[in-house]
This record gives sequence, structure tokens and C-alpha cells, in this order.
Amino acid sequence: MKPDSDNGGACGTSDHFSRRTLLRAAGCSGLAWLTPLGKILAREAEQQPWKPARSVILLWMAGGPSQLETFDPHPGKAIAYGSKAIPTRVNGVQIGAGLEQTATVMDRIALIRSVTSKEGDHERATYNVKTGYRPVPAIIHPSIGSVICHELGDGGVEIPTHISLLPSQWPARGGYLGASYDAFQVGDPSQPVPDVRASAEGDRQKARFEGLSVIERSFLKGRSLDQKLPESDHHRETQQKALRMMSSEQLKAFDVGSAPAAERLAFGDTPFGRACFAAVRLVEAGVRCIEVTLGTWDSHLNNHETHAERIRTLDPALAALITTLERRGLLDQTVVMCGGEFGRTPTMNAVEGRDHWPHGFSVALAGGGIRGGCVLGETDPSGEKKRPTDPVTIGDLHTTIQYSLGLDPDKKIMTPVGRPMKLSEGLILDRILA
Amino acid sequence: MNAGPMIGQQPLPPPLPASAVASPRGLRRNVAFIALMVLVGIAAFHVIDWPEGLLSQPKPARELPVPPLLDPEMAAVAKRIDGLLARDWETAGIAPVPRAPDLTVARRLSLALTGSLPSLAEIRRLEQTPAEDRSRAWLEHLLADPRSSAYLAERFARAFVGVEDGPFLVYRRRRLVSWLESGIATNRSYAETVRDMISAEGVWTTRPETNFITVTVSPNDRDEGPDETKLAARLTRAFLGVRIDCVQCHDDMLGGPWKQSDFHQLAAFFAPSEIALTGVRDNPKKAYEFRYLKAAEKTSIPLKVPFYPELLPPGGNPRDRLAAWTTDPRNAAFSRATVNRMWALLFGRALVDPVDSIPLEGPRPAILDALAEDFSVHGHDLRRLIRLIVMTEAFQLDSKAPDQSPAVTDQQEAHWAAFPLSRLRPEQLAGALQQASTLGTIDRDAGFLRQVTAWAQGNDFVKRFGDPGEEELKERPGTISQSLLMMNGQVLKERTMGNPVMNASTRIALMAGTSAQAIETAFLAVFTRRPTAEESAYFAAILNPLRGPKRSEALEDLYWMLLNATEFAWNH
Repeated sequence: MKPDSDNGGACGTSDHFSRRTLLRAAGCSGLAWLTPLGKILAREAEQQPWKPARSVILLWMAGGPSQLETFDPHPGKAIAYGSKAIPTRVNGVQIGAGLEQTATVMDRIALIRSVTSKEGDHERATYNVKTGYRPVPAIIHPSIGSVICHELGDGGVEIPTHISLLPSQWPARGGYLGASYDAFQVGDPSQPVPDVRASAEGDRQKARFEGLSVIERSFLKGRSLDQKLPESDHHRETQQKALRMMSSEQLKAFDVGSAPAAERLAFGDTPFGRACFAAVRLVEAGVRCIEVTLGTWDSHLNNHETHAERIRTLDPALAALITTLERRGLLDQTVVMCGGEFGRTPTMNAVEGRDHWPHGFSVALAGGGIRGGCVLGETDPSGEKKRPTDPVTIGDLHTTIQYSLGLDPDKKIMTPVGRPMKLSEGLILDRILA
Repeated sequence: MNAGPMIGQQPLPPPLPASAVASPRGLRRNVAFIALMVLVGIAAFHVIDWPEGLLSQPKPARELPVPPLLDPEMAAVAKRIDGLLARDWETAGIAPVPRAPDLTVARRLSLALTGSLPSLAEIRRLEQTPAEDRSRAWLEHLLADPRSSAYLAERFARAFVGVEDGPFLVYRRRRLVSWLESGIATNRSYAETVRDMISAEGVWTTRPETNFITVTVSPNDRDEGPDETKLAARLTRAFLGVRIDCVQCHDDMLGGPWKQSDFHQLAAFFAPSEIALTGVRDNPKKAYEFRYLKAAEKTSIPLKVPFYPELLPPGGNPRDRLAAWTTDPRNAAFSRATVNRMWALLFGRALVDPVDSIPLEGPRPAILDALAEDFSVHGHDLRRLIRLIVMTEAFQLDSKAPDQSPAVTDQQEAHWAAFPLSRLRPEQLAGALQQASTLGTIDRDAGFLRQVTAWAQGNDFVKRFGDPGEEELKERPGTISQSLLMMNGQVLKERTMGNPVMNASTRIALMAGTSAQAIETAFLAVFTRRPTAEESAYFAAILNPLRGPKRSEALEDLYWMLLNATEFAWNH
């Protein structure tokens, strides 16, 4: 980003001095970590009173939205191909036309305009962004939501704590952590959650479970099942969890139709809008990670029309998500991330489309510990240089989000192939942290 | 019981709407339509088999054909393998559990070879067969059933090409599966099948084996041709049971034997492959270049195999050489990988886990090597391999300890001194669910409507349950969404609710005279066993006082309980 007269919202330029800059000061000086002073500084930093976030909402823009029509416009430049930009609440920060409502909450959002990756294929790039690792043979990494659920536990919540609303072709999965960490998939909240209504009610239901326990008893006799499986994995245990979920009040979080129309419609009367509203209610219920998908950004054809149409859905939902979280006092404990698997080319193809571009694309972050109103990185306005300034890796994104949740990204988990794996590999982007 | 009275009970057609009555032509059309529907209804009863006498014991059921006499040579091999097992148990200081009942073994075999359960009709036939022949007779019955070649072909295809639809223009997965299916049905040598896939040339529609190559073509860039690294990874994992693809990017850092060059020298055999108008062919001018980690620039990669270099034919087309090397009877890795996969399909757990990672230098279970040797010296005969594995003591053992003894331990299962418990895979659960809720056999002779329903409901179920794709032989935990699907899901509801045409629960309610008979029938159809005395008494106490719709409802509930039990959802 070209600094404007007032220096815009560029990160790291303000003179704020926070726990994290302290940490960085200690960390960046390399061997300083090993000195007593470094240790003291770090310990001091860790002891600052702060409450880590406890949930993540991932607004998944499947297909790869164009940075140029969303969060990284270059109005008037050749690569804009006529795309307009609008001012935002933050001086000097512009975003794509159509995102008017989002512009009003820009002081809550940190924009990273320099995310880079090496994956240009939808499936591989989706894997990369959702897990923080590039696909490799022999092992499947867990998605960010699975890692968080694994590390933070379910906190006594009765419904699944990892949820994918309007799941895309590749919903979040538990990978080496196991299928029990896969996201629980739910469609448009205007429809009931599948399979949670008991197939028999009252006494009949009770009689079924009594009879079932008679049958279970004879099967378990003399068999290894009880010792073999961890309690949580047990067939009956999973069944019990499912039953708890079926009768849980927390299920009502999905039922957005019961909320006042004004609040509900602020998100837009679309499946994505309803799902974003449900995400807020799920966070309120204590759910750890909710992934909400908005698809078909893959604009190889007619880029501008495709984006204008998608943005009409995204804009009210994203803005309402942030304001509603804040109004309900949940924004500080929730990290919101909005982005897709890659960006799109600065040049247009013959059919007015933009193709895949993993070399510099945008991600918006908000909430828990994120410093609103700042921008990190800049892509080349002429579109000639591939490399953006202040490049950020996918690993950096994961590391930063995990850090905001109070996790130690360097912690290693033993994988089934016998290879210990860090929660994520990257740097903490302290310039966008509060 | 015949279909007559049932049709009499159908509700009267609803009154015709005024608009229809107004026009005589409309009226005629409506009457014709209703008549057609009634005819279809009647036809449905005939299309669906209506098994007579399944519930009553004195049955007209035919016994199974008596299997050919046990081949003494094979019996000797089986005995030798049992000896190896016994020695292992002795060394480990563990005792095996007793043998499992015939019906339990039959259930395992049906699940392994057809992904379904023995039907009530088949159980009746099996019980007509002399006790000493039952297990063998059942195996031969299944091997002759076209369902088993189709089922096994799909399992192999998952290892060979995965489950995705792949690059549409150049890939036809269905063709490859049918081709594999006919190979299994005619018991073609497995080595020949694999050789054809590796060296395949031609068009994917007329030469189905080429799909093994074309599936690796990038969907975005067809001009790049087949991907040699994907092919090398498939070849080593699926056919040789070694994971050389782990060193695609760097040398093994976990103490393994592989170097990055091992992988790329193997991939080089596939490098000349390209897609031309005539399909897959080799272009001798295309050489493989690659820049190794820490190397300054790309180098031309020579053709080398990672082990047993003496088995590689010195000359010829690269893929022909590679195919010959892979399937050479002296290439023990090939036989071991096949034995391990077949064992995993039969037991629900591989001899060496993961199924595609068998240590070349050992240690390995002695029975794996013994079975692999037999497989290679007998022309890579898959049926012989299946028969041998089923003949082993390990396959015949129970999964539980006898009454009054301590429960089976992990150690007993690990040493095959008890049949290991494993979760059914989604397609097995779907197949079992369809079969358990039907009294007749859902095979290729079953009514058309029944086959179509089973197929559609099965697909829907697997989709909702979550298909693990090519990872299907890995152990995985159950999830809450799966539990919800079993307890409350649409397919289960449809298969247990009152429906005298399709559903066993309703038909048992209508046909079974006594409660005891109804309970036994339900247990046989879902669990492939009779109820214990305790179970029998418990459910009889519930059913005895009930009549009419209440009784049907109670049988629906019994079905729900059986289908939601651990016993149904696990292989044992």
C-alpha cells in the first residue's frame, strides 16, 4: 500500500507498545532469547493480563476471490480494469466498491494484502489455507478448527464444537487427529439440522434404549471393546453424545428464524447471511470453530460480474457479523477470518476473467486480539512484480490465529506416522495484533 | 401368505377433482392413470420376491452345493500356516479363543466379499448344508456370486486410482472397475492384471486398463500428460506395499532406507508416457528431468528401480520393463502387498498396518511371508489366496472369550489369537442395512425395484456417513453425525417403518406366528445369529401382550435397536 498523507492504517507504524511488541523485541533479536534479559522480557510479556480468544469463525470464500475487487483495490490502475474502490472508516484505507457496509466496520478489521502461497490448484490450495500446511503424501493435516478443538477441548458444550455451515467440496477435517475432529456439516439454517429429531419420542424412545442396552450387554461380554477404545470413542459413548446433542438447548443456535427479523435480515436474506448469523449464535453457545462457505468466486469468466454478485451477499453478512459479535460482547473472544484459497491474476484473460493467483492475495481478520483498522503488505499496483511487500505465509496466518487463542504454535503433536508435527509453522504477525 | 388380500386393503382412490370430472376426456385419462398405478402396484408385488416359508423351520430351502473336495496340497499349506500361528502364540505366551460359530464366519465372509450380510434365505440354505462343509460351502457360494467380483473390484480400484471422477476427457473410472471385475470373476492371474495396467497403451474407453495411467493427467492441463510422480507413488503403495513417495521432496529423515533419487528414478519409467490421438503411448524422446533438493540445477534422471535391480529386464520399453519387474514372482514385495491387502479385506485389519507400508527388510509376521510365497509360486491366484486365508485358524476363531473366562485382550487380537473387532466401513454398513431389513437376498436375481432401492438408499447412506475413499482400510473412530444418521436418519427410518412390500420388520410382524419366531427371525436377519435366552425372554415379554399395529410398532422398535447396536456396526 502506498502510504497516504496521514499514513493510512499501515501496521506497525503507530507507536503503540504492547505485550506482543515486547515479545517480538525479545524474539527478533535472535539469541537474545537465551539471555536472562530476554527471558525476563518474555516472561513479563506472558504475564500481562490478557484473555485469549476462544472461538474462530472462518468465512471461507471458495474458489478464490479477486483481491483487486475486494480488499486490495488499485483504482485507476491498468490492473483494475475499471474496478472502483470506496473509502472506509479508516483514513486512507480503501476497499472494493460494493463493500459499503464492510467499510463502516473497517476500524475493526485488519487487512493482510500480501498473503502468498505456492498452491494454484483449488483442492491443494484449499488444503493449504485450511490446514496451514501444503499437501504431502503419507499424512493429512488437520484444519485449523480441528487443531483448536483438539487443543482447547469442548468446554462442556453439548453440540459439536467444530461446525461447517454450507460446506464446500472440501470441508474442514480432522486429518491425523481423527475423523471425530471433522467439522459437523450443516446446510442452510432455514432448514432443520439433519437427523437430530429423534425417530421415536417419549416412552417409545426410552424403551428402545432399554432394549438396546440388553443387546449391548450380550455383545460386550468376553470381548475386548471396553479396554480397547478410549471412552470417548466408544460406540455407546458416541451415541450418548449424539443423544445429548439431540436434546440440547444449544441446538437452538441454528434456528435463526426465531430471532427478530431486523437482527436477522441485517445479514442479508441469503443462505450465507443466515449461516453467518447462526455462526454468531453458535459462538455464543460455546462452539470453538465455525466455517461458513460462500462459493463460486472462481471467475475465469466475467470476473467483474461474478464478483459484484458475490460481494452483494458477502458485504451485509460480514459487516453484520462483526457488529453483532461486538454488540453481544463476543468480538474479543472470537477471531474472524475472511478469505479464500488464493487470489486472482492482475491481468484479465480473453473472456474478461481473472485466473488463479497465489502470489499475493488478501485476507481480512477481525476480533480476538486483532488490531482493527490496519493494513499489512502491498501488492504491486502495476501488476508487474509478483512479490508483494511484507509477504505473509499461510503458516504465519495460522500461527497468528493460534497465538490469539492462547495456543503455543510450536507445540508438537505426534502423528500416526510417527513424525511429530508443530501446530503450525510460521511467525506471529504482531503488527496486526492489538 | 399371498399378495391377494394385501391389494384388497389398499385405500380407495381419492375423489376426483371437479376439473377432471368436468371433461369426459380428462376423466378417462385419470381413470386410465389410476388403473395404470394399480397395475404397477400389482407388478411390484411380483417383481419383488416374496420368500415363502422363510419364517417357518420346516423349509423348502435348498442346501448349498457341496464344495469340491479339499485339495490335500492346499490343506498342507494351511496346516503349515496354522503351525506358524501356533508357534507365535506359544512365544507370546497367549492362548487362542475357541472357534466361532458357522454363522459368525459366514457373516464375516459376506461382509468381506460382498459388503453385505447373509440374507435370511441364505441362512436357511446354509443350515441345510452338512456342518463340516458349511464354511467352505459358504465361501464357494460367495466366490461364485457376481456380487463378490464387483465388490472386490471396487476395493482394488480404490487402491489403484482412488474414488474421484478424475480428468473427465481422458478418464473413465467405471470402465476400469468393470475390467477389474471381469478379471476377478474369471480368476485371472493378479500379476497379469497389474502388468496390463502399468504397461497399458491405447484409448481409455476401449482399453480400460489405460485408466490407471490417465487418472493422473492434470484436469487443468491435459498437455502435460500423465503425472509420473503420482504414478510412481501409486505403483509403490498399491502394488508393492512400500511408501517411497514419502521421499519425493527429500531423503528419508526418519531413519528409513529411501533416498530422494529412489523415488524419481522410479518415476522416470513413466516419464515418456503421453496422451496422443491414439490414446496413451510412450514418446521415447521425453526424458525425465528433476532438480533434487540442494542441487543447483535439473539433471536428467536415469531409469532405476529402488530394490531387486536384478529383476529388471535389461531392454525394452520402460513401462514394459517396470511392469515385468513389479510382477516378477521373485519380487516378494508384490506378493506381500497383495496378501496384506487381501488379509485386510477379509479381517478388517491388515497383517501389517498401514496396509501399504510393509518393511522390506522386516520384521514381518511369518504368516505374511508364507502366504506371499504361496501366492507367487501359484501364479498369483487370488481365489487360492482367499481360500487359504479363510482356511487359517485365525479366520475361524471367535472374537470373544468363552463364558467365565477373562475378556479377549489387545494382545490376543494383535497375534490373531482372536478375530479382531473392527468398525464396518460405510459401504458395508449400507449393504448390511439394506440386507438386514429385507428377508430375501438382494443379489443380481432379486427384484428390480429392490435392487434399485438398495442401490439408491445405499449411495445416499454412504454419502451422509462419509466415504473414506482410498483410505478405507485405515481404522477410524465413529463420529456424532454417524450416530445421528443411524438413530434418526432417513434411510434407517424408511427401512424400519411399516412397509409390507419392502421391509422385513413389517413382514415379520405380518407373518410370524409367535413372538419367539418373530424375535428369532429379526436376530437372524440383522445379527446373523439367534437371540440368547436372556434376549429372547426380554423381547418376548414386550411382544407377547401386543396385537395388531402395536405389535408391528414393537417389531419396528426391535429392528431399530438391532441396527443401532455395536454388534451390527462392527465386524466380529
